[in-house]
Amino acid sequence: MTAELVRGQNHPLSQARLEIRVSAGTPVVAAATLGDEQGRIHGVEWVAHPGAPTLPGLEVSRQAAADHRLAVDLDAMPEAVHRVSVLLALPTGSGPTRFGAVATPFVAVTGLDGTEIASYTITGLEAESAVVALELYRRQGAWKVRAIGQGYAGGLADLFADQGLAQAHQLAGGIHEAVAQGMARSVPAPPTRTDGDRSRQTAAPALGPDQGGSAPQGAPGTGSGSASPQPTSPYGTQTPGAPGQPAPQPPYQSGSGATDPAQPSAPTSGGPINYSHPGRQTAAPPPPPPTAPPAEPGQPARPVAGDATGWSMDERLYNQVWGMFEDLARTTAAYRSAVDFADSRMEKELDQVLSDPRSRIGGQSDAAREAAQAKHAQLVNQARATLDRDLVQLTAEVEVVEPALPPAYAGWDNPVWHGYRVPMEIPMALRLGDLHLPESAELRIPMLVRLPLERGLWIDSGRGGSIDGSFTDSHDLRRLAMETAVAHAARLLAVYPAGEFAVQVIDPAGSGAQALVPLVQSGVLAAPPALGAAGVADVLARLTQRVDLVQMALRGGAPDSLPPDFDTAQQLLIVNDFPHGFDDRAVNQLRYLADEGPAVGVHLMMVADREEASAYGPLLDPLWRSLLRLTPVPDDHLADPWVGHAWTYEPSLVPPGSQVLHQVLTQVAAARAKYR
Amino acid sequence: MTKGQAISLQKDDGGSLTAVRMGLGWQAAPRRGLFGTRTREVDLDASAVLFADKQPVDVVFFRHLVSDDGSVRHTGDNLVGGVGQGGDDEAILVDLARVPVHIDQIVFTVNSFTGQTFQEVQNAFCRLVDETNGQELARYTLAGGGAYTAQIMAKVHRTGASWTMTALGTPANGRTFQDLMPAILPHL
Repeated sequence: MTAELVRGQNHPLSQARLEIRVSAGTPVVAAATLGDEQGRIHGVEWVAHPGAPTLPGLEVSRQAAADHRLAVDLDAMPEAVHRVSVLLALPTGSGPTRFGAVATPFVAVTGLDGTEIASYTITGLEAESAVVALELYRRQGAWKVRAIGQGYAGGLADLFADQGLAQAHQLAGGIHEAVAQGMARSVPAPPTRTDGDRSRQTAAPALGPDQGGSAPQGAPGTGSGSASPQPTSPYGTQTPGAPGQPAPQPPYQSGSGATDPAQPSAPTSGGPINYSHPGRQTAAPPPPPPTAPPAEPGQPARPVAGDATGWSMDERLYNQVWGMFEDLARTTAAYRSAVDFADSRMEKELDQVLSDPRSRIGGQSDAAREAAQAKHAQLVNQARATLDRDLVQLTAEVEVVEPALPPAYAGWDNPVWHGYRVPMEIPMALRLGDLHLPESAELRIPMLVRLPLERGLWIDSGRGGSIDGSFTDSHDLRRLAMETAVAHAARLLAVYPAGEFAVQVIDPAGSGAQALVPLVQSGVLAAPPALGAAGVADVLARLTQRVDLVQMALRGGAPDSLPPDFDTAQQLLIVNDFPHGFDDRAVNQLRYLADEGPAVGVHLMMVADREEASAYGPLLDPLWRSLLRLTPVPDDHLADPWVGHAWTYEPSLVPPGSQVLHQVLTQVAAARAKYR
Repeated sequence: MTKGQAISLQKDDGGSLTAVRMGLGWQAAPRRGLFGTRTREVDLDASAVLFADKQPVDVVFFRHLVSDDGSVRHTGDNLVGGVGQGGDDEAILVDLARVPVHIDQIVFTVNSFTGQTFQEVQNAFCRLVDETNGQELARYTLAGGGAYTAQIMAKVHRTGASWTMTALGTPANGRTFQDLMPAILPHL
């Protein structure tokens, strides 16, 4: 039985060989220190860290990772050791620098077979970059574990110094260096999984209808009283120092015991009043993801929407969709490589038949040829059967996942859009369309990109984009491209809270006027589409100035000093008909916006045909490269990050005749008006 | 397990294994000399080469951690080895049920990336673990270690519908698995 510990609580350990599992939403460094009876570290050789990962009876991982397994053998500990402290620290360099900005770390003590003995969710961290998570300690010959959760704003150096280590600073520096070296050689993970700013826990766990009644985790009888019914912020609430806890002087204000973790806390002693009962833990872990019911023997498990890791339903569905994407990429890779192999083997065998003079006599050659073909067919059939088995499973998963998707992840034909309400939170990701492979054209994977956008978008209106170049002439394609752009822009407007996203349009010749009608009429645009060369120059100059201004404020460390009338919304600029109406200066400004804009919330959406801009030569190549190319018609130009298959992308468009876009934009416009 | 010994991966109760882990663990040998306690870091790398009818099709090693089909996964590069007390420093997980149908052999190799011979490595072992329950199926010690920088450790191959593991233990020389290809081919 698992004991869910609260801060300061302890639990006996019956086994000597243990594993300590750590999971954090972001890469963290795990280390452990050994202490004597007084809790003092005798020297750097009593610290297991990525630069020196093993000590007798103790082993930690060599690199920063989101998940760790530390091996501990208490029987192998030297006699003098009475205390083993397990530490977590955020790596220096890139990434978050405070635990308050990342998902709450979770540690568990397990047996070698994986059964959990005790677990602890380290809540209430704010400015700290290092934390003592757990302590294993010897008491009258028996070992126990205690939840500590003591954080240090000064990082590992402060933490070691607090434990009485003289060389604290050198050691902390050495550890971070060892971690940095480990990172330099490791193979980078697929970007879409790791690039995420995990700090943004988009929403309080949104319960799906299928799990509304499930109780939060919490084992009765542990005395932790952790069953708080309301879903709480994943950061939890700080519980003031519990009794029985060693009292190292915290370098940060936890002694005051009254901090509201929702606010970036200024170190004042009289913060907002903490209404939580001091003896009661208010931070429940997020509700468990819905798991598939146990499968019947011989049958694969029935899929369930949201059956993935994550703090909120949003995040779980996002991870599940990406999991399906990877599974389809890999199972198709297996199928393709089997078929390729079968082809090449048959070719070789047929060559052999032809070149062997003996086989020319009689029916031998025919028999050999048939045998080779039969072998080929058998292998291909086997491979196809495996692929079909996986496709059935994935199709079943898509069927349950699609209806469960929130608007930002759902296609325009999903009924969820009819119940659309202007959201209060920015979603994690946005659906830009569907992806599929030729082997499984029926199976569509939603293409989700993280928000805020990291790259601009390029809606390609060129002829080269279409698979079937015959059915659309260039005029149609241009109209389609503009309609696609409008659909994407409308979706972005709809998934952001009111007033947090603004769209501007440059349409120099007015050729996109018809497609832009839904945006213009509903009144969601910040200003009417800019026409003519003067309009282009004006809009670009204003956005360039905005990027400069925000950059200056950020670099100067004074983001609050922007003018009071400054519109803080993210900006999307739709550019139609590029490069018509653009002079050299405007082109340079556009490139500047593409490079510098995304970091300060200014995004580009180019609706353009690369051919038409070819007069600019290689000058524009970086512009195209910096944008994510999307097509108005199905086109196989997107690669997955694992195997690199060419996936056919199909934009997410409003079904013909549907009023959903109009309804949604009307609501957005109404919310905008109220917001002002 | 000794060289050449074959172990069927069929379970006793008739069911066949679905996932196995090939673990590799080692420890740097202490250097003799004035500073007797000083050790030099040894970077051993585990690799798995997937063969279809004696043609290499895919490789899983520290620069390609997951086979394209996702059935074979490397847990990540370890540059310095460990205590040699039974923990795996590098591991390769094989989901046998998901291995593509045309792959009929998977060969596991270990190379010394830093160039030390096995004389300088202590407690090097490779083992095969049933990943579903953590039970160790077979352990193979890099006996003694000679003046070699690589070893072809074992292969897992299809026999009918199930899989069999054969210990190979052939010494060789090379920095990565590519150098070992000529030495692997006779064992297929």
